[in-house]
Order: sequence, then C-alpha cells, then structure tokens
Amino acid sequence: MRRFLILTRREIASAFHQPLAYVVLFFFLLVTGFNFHAGVSLLNRSPGSTTMVEAFFNTVYFWFPFVLAFPLVTMRVFSEEAKIGTLETLMTAPVRDIQVVLAKYTGCIFFQITLWAPSLLYFVAFETITGEKATGAAGSYMGAYGMLLLMGFLFTGIGCLASALTNNQIVAAIISFSAILFFFFIGLLSFILPASGGLLRELTYYISPVEHMMDFSRGIVDTRPVVFYLTSSLLLIFVTFHVFQYRRWKS
Amino acid sequence: MIKVENLTKRYGSFTAVDSIDFEVQKGEIVGFLGPNGAGKSTTMKMLAGYLPPTSGRAEVAGFDVFSESLRAREHIGYTPENVPLPLDMRVSEYLRYRAALKGVPGRRLRERIIDVLELCGLTDVGRKIIGHLSKGYRQRVGLADSLVHEPDLLILDEPTIGLDPNQIRLIRNLIRNLRRHHTILLSTHILPEVEMLCSRVIIINRGQIEAMDTPQNLRARLGQAGHILFDAVVPEARTAAGVLRKIEGIQTVSHRADGDWTVFTIEATPGHDPRESLYSHAMEQKWRVREISRPPVSLEDVFAEVTSGEEH
Repeated sequence: MRRFLILTRREIASAFHQPLAYVVLFFFLLVTGFNFHAGVSLLNRSPGSTTMVEAFFNTVYFWFPFVLAFPLVTMRVFSEEAKIGTLETLMTAPVRDIQVVLAKYTGCIFFQITLWAPSLLYFVAFETITGEKATGAAGSYMGAYGMLLLMGFLFTGIGCLASALTNNQIVAAIISFSAILFFFFIGLLSFILPASGGLLRELTYYISPVEHMMDFSRGIVDTRPVVFYLTSSLLLIFVTFHVFQYRRWKS
Repeated sequence: MIKVENLTKRYGSFTAVDSIDFEVQKGEIVGFLGPNGAGKSTTMKMLAGYLPPTSGRAEVAGFDVFSESLRAREHIGYTPENVPLPLDMRVSEYLRYRAALKGVPGRRLRERIIDVLELCGLTDVGRKIIGHLSKGYRQRVGLADSLVHEPDLLILDEPTIGLDPNQIRLIRNLIRNLRRHHTILLSTHILPEVEMLCSRVIIINRGQIEAMDTPQNLRARLGQAGHILFDAVVPEARTAAGVLRKIEGIQTVSHRADGDWTVFTIEATPGHDPRESLYSHAMEQKWRVREISRPPVSLEDVFAEVTSGEEH
C-alpha cells in the first residue's frame, strides 16, 4: 500500500509537471465558462424551462471539451515511460505491475477531477449573485457530479489502455479519442432511433452517456448505468494490466 | 550473490542468451565483456527482474529473480544502459522518490539522500532539474539511484558509455570506492576499464560465455604466444631474418625498414622467451640494437582472440 501511494503521488506530480496539463485546464475552463454563460442566457430567455445544473451539463459546449480532455490527459501515462525507458528503472524497483497500473490510473482520475471540480464554483456564483437555486434538489448535484466521476472512470480506462498499447503518445491519443467518440456517438443513436426501435434502441439507451447525464443531472439516479460504468472500467483496468505485462515481457 | 543456471532468452527464433551458467561471489567486481549484441544487456535485464527468461533460472541473494522477483529486486541496484531518467524532476526529489519506492524507511530518507548525493558528487546539483543536467551528471544520478537503498548487488550496464575521459575517470573511481560495500556486475566494452576495476571477467559472445577468469589469468593464457619486437641496424635485413629464424624458440620473423633501422616482429614458440639469445646473437654480430621488447598482452588481445571465433 505504501508503494502504491508513493507511485500515485509521483503520477499526480508528473501530470502537473507538463505544460500540456495547464493548456488542457485552461481551455476546459474557458469552454465551460462559455457554457455557463450560454446556460444563464437560456434561463434569461425562458425562465423556469430548466434548471441551471441541467442547462450546464447537457450541452455540446460541455460534452466537447469533456470528451476531448481524456485522450490528452491519459496519452502519456504508459507510452511516455516506455519510450524514454524509465519503465525499466520503475519495474526493476520492488513494485508489482498491478500497483503501477493502478497508480497511473488513479493519477489520471485525480487529474480529471481537478479538471471539472472547479465548475462547482459556477453554481456557487450563480446562487450568490441571482439568489435563485441552481437546481431543484441536492440530488441533482450528486447525480451530475457522480456521473462525471463514473464517466471519468470509463474514459480514463480507455485512455490508459490506449497508452499501454503503444510507445507513441499521439497514436495513443488517437486510439482513445476514436474509442471514446465511437462510444459517445453510439449513445446518441438512442435519440435518432424510433421509440419502438426494439433491442438496438434499448442497447444504445443503456450505454448512452448523454441519456445518463440527462437523468442524473435531474437527480434521477439509476443503478444500471452505475453498474455499467464501474464494471466496464474494471474490465479496462484488467485488460490494461495484461497488455502492460505482455508488452514488458515481450520487449 | 548471483547464481545463474542454464539461463536462456529467445526472441522468436533469435537466441539472445544461450543457456549460460555463472556465479558471482559476495564482494566481487565482475566485468561483463562482449561485442555489441552479444547478450550482455539481456542477461542483465533478466538478473534485474525486468525480463523473464525463456528457460533456466537465476538467483540473486538467494531469491529467484522470477518467482521471488520482489524480494530479489530489493537486493539489486540496477542502472540500465543510457540511464533513463524522468526529466521533469529535481535530482534530490527523484532520489527521494526512488528511495521511498525501494523501501527505505521514512526516517532514513534524508540521511540516505545526503549520503548518495555526496558519494556521487551531486551535492551541488541536488536542486537542479534532471532535464537540465549534462550527460555525465545524469549518469551519476543513475548511479546514485541504484545505490540509494544500499543494495547488496549493483548491476551497471555500460556505466561509462558516452562520457568524456574526465567523467569516465570520475565514474571509475566511484565504482572502485563502492566495492567495499557492494558486489558489482558491470558490463562494458572498454577493456582497460575492466582491467582496472574487475576482479573477474566474463566474456560473452553470441549469447554464450566464451571465457571466465581473472584478467591476469586471461592474459597469461595468451601471454605465452606473444610477439617480440627487435629493433636493430643490420647489414642486410633479409639474411638477418633468415639467421634469426634459426634461433631456438623463434617461429616466424617478419621485418620492415625504419630509416637505417630494421624492425623485426618475432613470433615466439609458446613457452619460450628467446629475448636473451636474441641479445647475445646481436652482440656476436655487432649489430646496433635499440629495442628488444615483449609488449604485454592486453585484455584487448584476449578479447579479440576469444570473440573473433573462427580463428582457432
């Protein structure tokens, strides 16, 4: 456990040691700031149609930077170390492979939390300035941020796996970006397919991040997506662990 | 300290290391010699627990490097070739992280880091970012990293590669000072380095051990068949060479002119030293002599002899 904590601390530090981290943080805040502004304008035009929290999380201005951030955050975790060779010094220290994989994963999760956690301030600002409630119930905060965390688990898992597959960061970023987008667009199908679409519609609805976010940001917490995100994240970590081990032993 | 039995590593159909056996006792400095691609690094990576062997086994400090890898790794300090380092960290920060990772208890961290910084001559650059350091300093940071948890065994893969002569001397002195507390296995293809540092040499070629002995013994093995240089003024080089050939203990004689002088290169019969007869012969003939010498066989010759293969 001590080694896992040391490794995680190192991962978090190295995530913040690179300039890219600040570029990502800056643009994420910029776009979500604009998103907040757009939400407030919407409420001004048609008050009462929706809550601030819902208006914030269910727009393209939120989804676009959110989905784009993961490949950029995760692309370096394994590929960089494999490329510059520090994986060799790391893996000849008395650490287990699984500790390394989990530490890298945790480091990314930590970074993506720092990415979206400041957005809570928007709602604090909204409530202080307007004196209105940003949402009808506290469950809607918990739902929305819980969903961010769950999606973060899954997307970070995809990113880590992609990074473990290659020594090239750009390749890793492209793989994870395509995979996350594919997953995201499959989810959008549930909006196009007719309500009587049968199994396909059921399926796309089941995995659709957009649908999940709409429900969760309203405070409707369904356990099915929770189970889905957690189990698929675990599966991805498991696969990443094996890819990592395989590639090391093959080298 | 190290026990290797039938260790083999194959990459597809290519055999990088072909069932080698050797042992290293506590306190030895063993030099691992071989041309590029001979299997030195692969063997070291297996010993360090980075690569699993295809077959065979290796033990470090009594622990199998594969099945008890973590225990074995605690006893090893390993510096890979080219010393990969995270360029974003400060030197002391990196060493602190590595020490903690390798199980140095928290209360001893400070002391250990101050010790290795001083030992490796890094005290002045402790606060610097590794990415800003020169190659020589980075090499020393790598060495400091391998020392920081006081391992019993140091595995150093080409510790002096790519350094300038002054830096090489520094690293060598450092390694020499380390031998009091550590067993060391180092690979290199700089032969004088081995002669200076190592108590034993393992020569490896095409994945197999070709020779394993002390540098002195290896030299002695070939020393019998060394050349003799004989430099004199003779009336007629060709006839003189013919005369010399008749002296007991001389096998072949070749010669070249150097102004008025003729330089004979004489191959002696193994077990003979014909230098004295050469001298008395030259006196008899009243030749003016400027040199009769037998250049010492260097490890370089041994290395060339052993690794060139077909010649014997």
